[in-house]
Amino acid sequence: MAESFTRSEMLPPLPPPVTERGAIKWMRENLFSTPLNIALTVLGALVVYWLIAAALPWWLNSVWNASSLGECRQIVEANAGPGATGACWAMIRERWHQFLFGFYPPPEWWRPILAFGLLFAALAPVLFAGQKRNLTIVLGGVLVYLVVTLYLAGAPALPFALSLVLIVGMLALAQIQPGRLLWFTLLYPALCFWLLWGGSVWSPIVAMAGFAILYAVFRLASPLIGLAPAAGAGIVVAVVWWLYLDKTVVDLLQGVLPFGLQSINSDQFGGFLLAIVIGVTGITFSLPIGILLALGRQSDMLIVKSLSVGFIEFVRGVPLITLLFTASLLLQYFLPPGTNFDIILRVIILVTFFAAAYLAEVIRGGLAALPRGQYEAADALGLDYWRAQRLIILPQALKISIPAIVSTFIGLFKDTTLVAFVGLMDPLKGVTQIVRADINWKGIYWEPYIFVGVIFFVICFGMSRYSMYLERKLKTDHR
Amino acid sequence: MTMATDAPKDGFRLSMLIYDTRYRSYTIQIVVLVLFALAVAWLLNNTVQNLAARGKEFNFGFLWQRAGYDIGQQLIPYNNDDNHFRALLVGLLNTLVVAFFGCIFATVLGVIVGVLRLSRNWLVSRLMTVYVEMFRNVPLLLWILLSYVILSETTPAPRDFRVTDEMVAAGQEPAASMMFFDSVAVTNRGTNIPAPLFERGLGTLDLGFMTLNLNFWAVVVVIAASVFVNRRILSHARATQESTGVRPVTWWKSILVLFAPVIVLLIAMGFHLEIPSLKGFNFQGGILVAHSFTALLIALTLYTAAFIAEIVRAGIQAISRGQSEAAFALGLRPNRTMSLIILPQALRVIIPPLISQYLNLTKNTSLGIAVSYLDLRGTLGGITLNQTGRELECMLLMMLIYLSISLMISAAMNMYNKSVQLKAR
Repeated sequence: MAESFTRSEMLPPLPPPVTERGAIKWMRENLFSTPLNIALTVLGALVVYWLIAAALPWWLNSVWNASSLGECRQIVEANAGPGATGACWAMIRERWHQFLFGFYPPPEWWRPILAFGLLFAALAPVLFAGQKRNLTIVLGGVLVYLVVTLYLAGAPALPFALSLVLIVGMLALAQIQPGRLLWFTLLYPALCFWLLWGGSVWSPIVAMAGFAILYAVFRLASPLIGLAPAAGAGIVVAVVWWLYLDKTVVDLLQGVLPFGLQSINSDQFGGFLLAIVIGVTGITFSLPIGILLALGRQSDMLIVKSLSVGFIEFVRGVPLITLLFTASLLLQYFLPPGTNFDIILRVIILVTFFAAAYLAEVIRGGLAALPRGQYEAADALGLDYWRAQRLIILPQALKISIPAIVSTFIGLFKDTTLVAFVGLMDPLKGVTQIVRADINWKGIYWEPYIFVGVIFFVICFGMSRYSMYLERKLKTDHR
Repeated sequence: MTMATDAPKDGFRLSMLIYDTRYRSYTIQIVVLVLFALAVAWLLNNTVQNLAARGKEFNFGFLWQRAGYDIGQQLIPYNNDDNHFRALLVGLLNTLVVAFFGCIFATVLGVIVGVLRLSRNWLVSRLMTVYVEMFRNVPLLLWILLSYVILSETTPAPRDFRVTDEMVAAGQEPAASMMFFDSVAVTNRGTNIPAPLFERGLGTLDLGFMTLNLNFWAVVVVIAASVFVNRRILSHARATQESTGVRPVTWWKSILVLFAPVIVLLIAMGFHLEIPSLKGFNFQGGILVAHSFTALLIALTLYTAAFIAEIVRAGIQAISRGQSEAAFALGLRPNRTMSLIILPQALRVIIPPLISQYLNLTKNTSLGIAVSYLDLRGTLGGITLNQTGRELECMLLMMLIYLSISLMISAAMNMYNKSVQLKAR
């Protein structure tokens, strides 16, 4: 019987050769594919080795408990032998509060801490509009943060309880009607201002009442005299309220119901508290101003257009430092004799204008990138200018320019360090200089700069990651 | 039955100023103009009142008074008997020199990093990502302060370079030594670099309002002439190639034209380098570059290069794969694909944001205040302002100068951009 040598079943496949699989294949392809690549890899490995060799012992020898740089060095030499170097984080341990709060009085630290926590509670409804899950996560995080930090900062019982009740209430509201949370966002600026600077509780309430009056006048007058004149009348009444009646009403109410927080002077602000106050306020106000400037620059009206162009090009053409010096040296010439208002406020105004000019250019790019058909379609639908902008043009233009807008915001936040040059105590130059001028910490340089740099990095990197998330979320085209 | 309704003919009503689109834009513009004029008038009125209250008047006469302060780094001769205007010029040149070198170094570094970040080498591209993210997300001021502190607090004192007879006898090395074949010494007082000197120099030419260093200008003129002649040779070669199809060999002509005249000129003028050397307690000879300059330059370069790297990366990624595939299909070699197909297209994407980075760098030189670098802001907006008490004049003049620098840079770069831009038909 003839044997059949025909194979009846498939052989199992052999594994690929050793050089063509797993880590070796990956390394061949990604690290050693060409002579140039090999050279680059070796060079890169040398750089990494050199960095680690220089920095690792320094990190490992860190000292957390010491009262001066000299003592730090003694401890390092005692532990790791003579000539060893080590990081002296004891400086951060002793001075962290100056980096965070400047000279803000310690018993009142709970106020900036509370304001910072509520900032996220106020931002969440804007950043995650209507997303119940994200809102709950953020508000829950704020709740935990507040419980821990307010306890550590020794906050008085009443504000402690009130803020917890507020956050729990917001959490409950987020489950039922997340859209309503925006009201807290609107009220937050006045609350934050009052928490940080203190003073009578009535001043933020009366200031906010100005907006309520504006709206009431607008609603009452618009059926009688039309929309635009009603808005004008509302603004006039509100300005009169703020300029002439505000102070009297506050004094009156304060006389009847005296309640307030200890006033804190602007020169006691410092460190990241200052940077975040200037940064957040600047970011909040520069966006609407930037949008208006961009629309002005795209406008057909010659005078509006040339004023916008002039403003944008002037502000973009000079360094921020000169504008800050304008705030500290020149505003006293431009304002009526005898007026003298807060330096932080002056700086915020100038920083806001600076960022607004850059944002205007960024948004103009977005406006220009929209196809003409969108403008024509809005006109064909019979929308008036503002409706067309609000419903059709701006949502698309802003979406296109999100990455650039966020990088402008990051730039603004980094630029808040420049306020050191007009005498404010920013974390980088102001506080670090004070620390380095102390006889105990003279000659320390890596540690403060690393500490400040890492905090800036975390905030700015977080912002850029959020913008990437937003870009993905809003992406509606199918490319 | 439908009837066409004509526009109402009953003449002009006041409400049409707001509701009729034909008139509304005029109304808005007039209102804006009036408000703007009122605001300007208000500011001017306040300024006049404030100046009067302080007993000051607005004029620039102070620029011709004696300055009375010294400036460490001076590119044109200056001493404290010169007037404030001269100090302003010295400061302006200091600003421009940092901006100039900063732009060049940042471009070179940024292009290298941007290309390496796209490299398929995992390690290198990760390293470059770390570099870019680290420098982009931390304030420039930190890098300036850190490089200044490191330069001035960790570098050795001049006496550490001393080599005594006992040390030679004992075979000891000095605590610090000079770099680059003993020509550059970095001490805690500054960086000593060799100075170019001429034995048979042409001297200087006094024009009354300024003095020209003839040696420097002779070299500049010769280099410019060489570049011009080289361009003529290349364009002639191109013309020959286009008419005959054969490109004449030009490389030796280019090398000869570019380098021979300069070398001949330098030899003729007796060019040599003066190497700094330790004499007594300090280095003598050569040029002492202050750490404020070096730190500012290093920080500006590293910071701006991170941004330029991202621009370059985005520019290269913006070119679709089809372009390089088409070039390969035409039989072009990879490096010619890069220079003829990819780069010209990528440049169009890269140049506009690159211009704004150059502008940013130039404006950021004003952060030299952090390390007491006496640039335009340090002289005019710093010491001059404090000495004369003329805030208004100094600040306005300074803003005007910065504004004109910015506008000039952006005008020049926009012209270049136009020349490489796609010619839309």
